[in-house]
Amino acid sequence: MKKALIPFALFIIMAGFLFKGLFLNPREVPSPLVGKPAPAFSLPRLDQPAKTFSPKDMLGQVWLFNVWASWCGACRDEHPLLVALAKTGLVSVVGMDYKDTAAEAEQWLTERGNPYLLSAVDADGRVGIDYGVYGVPETYVIDKAGVIAYKQIGPVTLESLRDDILPLVKRLQAQ
Amino acid sequence: MIPEIGHFSLILALLVALTLGSFPIIGAARGNTVWMGLAKPLSALQFALIAFSFLCLAYAFAAKDYSVVYVANNSNSQLPLQFRIAAVWGGHEGSLLLWALILSVWTLAVSLFSKHIPDAMRARILGVMGLISVGFLLFMLMVSNPFDRLMPAALDGKDLNPLLQDPGMIFHPPMLYMGYVGFSVAFAFSIAALLGGQLDAAWARWSRPWTIMAWVFLTVGIMAGSNWAYYELGWGGWWFWDAVENASFMPWLVGTALIHSLAVTEKRGSFKAWTVLLAICAFSLSLLGTFLVRSGVLTSVHAFATDPRRGVFILAFLVVVIGGSLLLFAWRARTVGRGGKFDVVSRESFLLANNVLLAVAALSVLLGTLYPLFLDALNLGKISVGPPYFDAVFAPLMAPAVFLMGVGPIARWKDAALPELFVRLRWALAISAITAIVLPLLLGNLTPMIGLGLFLAFWVFASSAELVYQRLRKSEGGLLAGIAASSRSWWGMVIAHLGIAVFVLGVTVVKGFESEIAVKMHPGDVAHLAGYDFRFDGVESRNGPNYTANHGQIHVSKNGVLRTVLEPEKRLYTVTNMPMSEAGISPHLIHDLYASLGEPLDGGAWSVRIYHKPMVEWIWFGCLMMAFGGLLAMSDKRYRLNKQAKSAAAGQGQRA
Repeated sequence: MKKALIPFALFIIMAGFLFKGLFLNPREVPSPLVGKPAPAFSLPRLDQPAKTFSPKDMLGQVWLFNVWASWCGACRDEHPLLVALAKTGLVSVVGMDYKDTAAEAEQWLTERGNPYLLSAVDADGRVGIDYGVYGVPETYVIDKAGVIAYKQIGPVTLESLRDDILPLVKRLQAQ
Repeated sequence: MIPEIGHFSLILALLVALTLGSFPIIGAARGNTVWMGLAKPLSALQFALIAFSFLCLAYAFAAKDYSVVYVANNSNSQLPLQFRIAAVWGGHEGSLLLWALILSVWTLAVSLFSKHIPDAMRARILGVMGLISVGFLLFMLMVSNPFDRLMPAALDGKDLNPLLQDPGMIFHPPMLYMGYVGFSVAFAFSIAALLGGQLDAAWARWSRPWTIMAWVFLTVGIMAGSNWAYYELGWGGWWFWDAVENASFMPWLVGTALIHSLAVTEKRGSFKAWTVLLAICAFSLSLLGTFLVRSGVLTSVHAFATDPRRGVFILAFLVVVIGGSLLLFAWRARTVGRGGKFDVVSRESFLLANNVLLAVAALSVLLGTLYPLFLDALNLGKISVGPPYFDAVFAPLMAPAVFLMGVGPIARWKDAALPELFVRLRWALAISAITAIVLPLLLGNLTPMIGLGLFLAFWVFASSAELVYQRLRKSEGGLLAGIAASSRSWWGMVIAHLGIAVFVLGVTVVKGFESEIAVKMHPGDVAHLAGYDFRFDGVESRNGPNYTANHGQIHVSKNGVLRTVLEPEKRLYTVTNMPMSEAGISPHLIHDLYASLGEPLDGGAWSVRIYHKPMVEWIWFGCLMMAFGGLLAMSDKRYRLNKQAKSAAAGQGQRA
């Protein structure tokens, strides 16, 4: 009788882990950059290539840094959300157009709406390497001191905006 | 209106399943024949209701009814009819409905082909299957209703995932589910045996063909999935140790152990408790597989959209079914008895070793699949366990199991002598050892893994040849009479074992000798690989019903003689905007030539991947041989209905 209980005991342990697993997100990969200052760069702006953008320019406010590209399928999913977010004026979103051509990127924004305060152009992906971009899209929350507070890999969803990103933004803005 | 009727039919099916899961089981405990007798008509009614519901959903797809959420999410007006039908099981809700339908098919089949099984046993078996059905129907009706309406209706659907728009997709999931769900029969047999306290050779003989049938479906289902990945994912791989692939592979491993353990239970009356435990595990792993795919606990290319309520529901269901049956096992395992004794060297002990190896292999796959989850749950970080772990763990476990395959069938039951075994197998041993060294040297690549793989493959070939030779030599009256003298289940075993050898040979050769190049090609460019010249003739646009495509042509020649034309394609599905590649493959017994298009580059050039895959088709051919062996064994006359009564009386006098 005792030996015959072993399979049951093992199964119950496994079920415990599976239950815990339901509340974890396997796609949420921690970034070593969280808690560190956002890597500095200076990149030309998409709308005015003569001017440049640097994260320094945003010091003193909480902002979202969204890596996107016109060739990226998942960006299409999140784009309407970003446009809606921009309309609320809760937080500014700076885009980084990643490994893209200016013409296609401009057309993409014209067709789908431009939620960005501005977009920096990372044509060869150099800055993407500093930020550890796995794939497009990715979104960073950066605080008033220029420190990365959160990183989202993959498209922003309604849930991640409502449950993670916006509450964090509010907290950081209150600081 | 039709979707509501389908929904209503599903609710009625739930009520029928509840009745089926209660009255016959209680009737069996109380000896009430009327209640037990309900099992059969209720099984038929349940099947009719679920099948009707399934047809309603299929109708909604065929009629492009985008007021149904599920249809709108998984179909599109441009989607061809055959894929609109296959899209019924292209998403979460529909594949659950398919699950329930297949379960009701198995239940119906058991109720029709079980005249020879005692009433109480049959009532319990069908009742247990009814209870499983209750779980799945409840799950669907509570959190995954395929008939939910969308108000207002969508103008058009979001289209089926392009990965699934392939003829392979039409067959792969139903086959796999037939296998998964088929193990519910062996499970129900085991629970019925535990409840009734009766487990004898007749019980094993009744459950064997059902178990083999499920195993055959699972084998073909896994094979179809692997083959689909090979030509659809476009990088020439055929197995990825993806969490969902593992989910189908674990029940296969345990099911294989179960088939062998059942053989011992039937012939020798041993391994009874072990057989019951394996049957419970095989089905539990099928359920676990469903949980892993549906709950979003693990990331996988197969994972459907996730919803935590669903995860909690399935987990609760798992705990009830698996936990309950394992508790029942702990409580009642003694009543089924332990069975006869056997020597350390005997067919029983070889089969036991094979069982243990297969079970440990299944456990190691389970561990590898769940390990990232365990670490994450304990806050030890996030990792992913990849093919290196599985390759490192799996080969050392499978190698002795395959080796034993050569010894087991030759050894005698109860007690065998090692020296005698060695004498009988010495030629097989010599031939396979020499081949394992000489062949790779001739081909110019000898590594330990290639040597081991070839040794095992030829070991199984040679020892099977020895086995067949001994059998035929003993029989009188020519070759045909000799073949007929052995039972179909014996020949089934030989063929399935040879299938393993063919599979191992294919895996070894393709892993050891494949080659690939990735090149940038302008139209007219020629690339060279494995002695062949591949001339890229550019792409032309060619449009399908719901996609636009760049259709490439690559002329393959050897020494100036044209051998074949590969036609890889790069598609863009217009609704989902998803790019897909269709590989151009020239399949051949000796080798496959395989090309896939990458990205378009400047000036009409494309990045092209070209693979030379020697003997890769043998992998799937081996699987088909295993499945055929299973079918042959199932058709053995001692499992047939009209013979059943007589052979049950004859007891255990048959040869293996």
